Amino acid sequence: MRRAPIWLAVGLVPAALAAGPPKDSCVECHAALADELQKPALAFATDIHSQHGFSCADCHGGDRGADDAEIAMSAAHGFKGKPARKTVPQLCARCHSDVGLMRRYNPRERVDQYAEYQTSVHGKLIASGDEAAATCIDCHSVHDIRAVKDPLAPVHPLRLPETCSRCHSDAARMAKYKIPTNQFAEYRQSVHWEALAKRRDLSAPSCASCHGNHGATPPQVSSVAAVCGSCHAMMEDLYDKSPHHDVFAGMNLGGCVVCHSNHGVKMPSTAMLAGEGSVCKQCHEAGSAEGQIAAGMAGAITKLDSSLKSSDAVLTQAARSGMEVSEAVMKQQDGREALVKARVAVHTLDPAAVLKAADAGLAIAAETRRAGEAALKERDFRRLGLIFALIVIAVTIVGLWLAVRALERGAPPLEESGRR
Amino acid sequence: MPLAVGKGRWERGVAWLDERLGLASIREFVAHKTVPVHSGTLWYYFGGVTLFLFMIQVATGILLLLYYRPTATEAYESVQFIMTRVQFGWLIRSIHSWSANLMILAAFIHMFSVVFLRAYRKPRELTWLSGVALLALALGFGFSGYLLPWNTISYFATKVGTDMAGSVPWAGPALARFLRGGDDVGGATLTRFFGFHVAVLPAVATALIGLHLMLVQRHGISSPPWIEKRFAASGGRVPQMRFFPNFFLREMMAWYAALGVLGCLAALFPWELGDKADPFASAPAGIRPEWYFLAPFYTLKLIPSHVGFMEGELLGLIGFGLLALGWVLLPFWATNRAGVERTRLVTGAGVVVVAYLATFSVLGYLK
Repeated sequence: MRRAPIWLAVGLVPAALAAGPPKDSCVECHAALADELQKPALAFATDIHSQHGFSCADCHGGDRGADDAEIAMSAAHGFKGKPARKTVPQLCARCHSDVGLMRRYNPRERVDQYAEYQTSVHGKLIASGDEAAATCIDCHSVHDIRAVKDPLAPVHPLRLPETCSRCHSDAARMAKYKIPTNQFAEYRQSVHWEALAKRRDLSAPSCASCHGNHGATPPQVSSVAAVCGSCHAMMEDLYDKSPHHDVFAGMNLGGCVVCHSNHGVKMPSTAMLAGEGSVCKQCHEAGSAEGQIAAGMAGAITKLDSSLKSSDAVLTQAARSGMEVSEAVMKQQDGREALVKARVAVHTLDPAAVLKAADAGLAIAAETRRAGEAALKERDFRRLGLIFALIVIAVTIVGLWLAVRALERGAPPLEESGRR
Repeated sequence: MPLAVGKGRWERGVAWLDERLGLASIREFVAHKTVPVHSGTLWYYFGGVTLFLFMIQVATGILLLLYYRPTATEAYESVQFIMTRVQFGWLIRSIHSWSANLMILAAFIHMFSVVFLRAYRKPRELTWLSGVALLALALGFGFSGYLLPWNTISYFATKVGTDMAGSVPWAGPALARFLRGGDDVGGATLTRFFGFHVAVLPAVATALIGLHLMLVQRHGISSPPWIEKRFAASGGRVPQMRFFPNFFLREMMAWYAALGVLGCLAALFPWELGDKADPFASAPAGIRPEWYFLAPFYTLKLIPSHVGFMEGELLGLIGFGLLALGWVLLPFWATNRAGVERTRLVTGAGVVVVAYLATFSVLGYLK
């Protein structure tokens, strides 16, 4: 009798090991069916919920352990069938708003998605009875839901713009909401898209970065600068102090987007300030005082940019010649920072601020150029020195050779080895 | 015999020195020292060129010591200072770096000329052993000196090199720890390598060079056996030239030529400094050691990670160790027990080693 617990343990361990995952009759039956009834069962194997041990019954109700389909999908076992679109957010929120439950699977996961969703345009439309509006499954997919960090997930940063565009680029679908459908096309021309898609920079902004994800809403005119400023903080700060801030607010214009546009934000350049493509011309004549200020700022920035490039060229030439110019190359970094500061200072609309940064950069560019030119001069001096040294060496070798010849003229090598 | 005392100050000075140093015997020795003259005499100059480059190393090394600071925080900056601020510092550093490489190249040429001219034969076994030891020391100089500028390439090359040392059976971990002065390459390694480079290795090298030169004087300069036979067949002896001044003046020409090559390399291709080492950065792509370590480095890369029950790197190191031992002992297996020289075996081994080093060095460089 004293041995009974040991025998019990010996018997139970193999049984437990042999048990495997719990029975799931939903997947077993639907996998054997065809077409639309089969697809969810096959797709569910890749679903993150499946990987965490959830089953069809956790969303659809029913008894996953019953072999009989009638019993498994009976109302008595809580079978709900396909949830109505408008109930999907609540269905997901049962778990995803449960702090205790979510902590078991991902302690860092937020649980306010449903609360945010209810404040979103999508959530409000669903609540108003418009079932065409997006719910959780429209973005995250259904039955094959993947973690956001999974590159195959439709909400992975690299795939999100395309996912949003599935609806927002559909003119027929958006017609009743009277909103444009060219956002994705414009975004694909933007500097943000270039960073995200071409440089694979996952921190680059996509739709959700500006509009929010679960609480997706177009930024209000008053909050555009704050939205852009969440990344471009310094520009926002300078813009808030600039004359444009109050003027644009008074005209009910959305801050940053007046000059930079919204979805199709291009790489800023001095061409935005002066010339044919100047955005200033939208409001100011080129010959006006404001137009001349803009042209002056553009000139200062262009001059600094070309000075830095010129210094770069000289330093590169010196470095290629094997000259040690790393200190000057490092100093060029300060010049580039001054260029960035000058460009950023444009948001103040104060030419003195731009000139101050540009002048600091020009001083650095001049210093580094001098260093590069000095290195090239030193290189030429070295080569001249080498030529002189080689001449001296060659003359010495010739002299030695003549000395040897003179020494051995008429005196052949010794026949006898003598002492070695 | 003391020199005759003359009337002039010079003669009196020489006589004074002769009385104390025995200059007459030195003069006697130099006057009678000769060098064989034949089709392979050219190769005799490489030993002297190696010595000349070593002397340049010592001179430029001492000058670099005036400014170099051997700590992880200051080493790179001090070399940068030497190259940009010190008058002709760039030249001294470039000559030191290029001369190190040329010295190892000259030492290799000298070693293979000894093999192919059969100069290792009895009674010159110890001359060969001291020469091989000097080559090993030169490689040690190269390995320890490479780290001293504390730049990215040298830092990671040292990591790779000391990792390999750590793979040596039994003593590897202790050896790697001894070389690094810790678990990883760091400031302690730099200080340690500096000590090896400027104190330990020069002291040992100076003693070995003295021994090597003394043995060369003791046994004279060897003539290849086929040359000796040819002259013996005609009843004569291999022609000789006086070491001083005939050979000495020619050697001077070789030294000046080496100096010219060195000047061209230093002025046209100044030795780069690169970026300062960052122990927390990942290793740059394409990291590789100096050219004279490329052949074994590339070979180890080609060996699979596991060969049978043994780690590939360990197998490679054991293989290189055995081959190196066989090479060191060349004078002892180059002749069979009956005293007959294994000429073809030695020539074949020499050709294979030269071909292997050349091919794998080029492949290692290109890949």
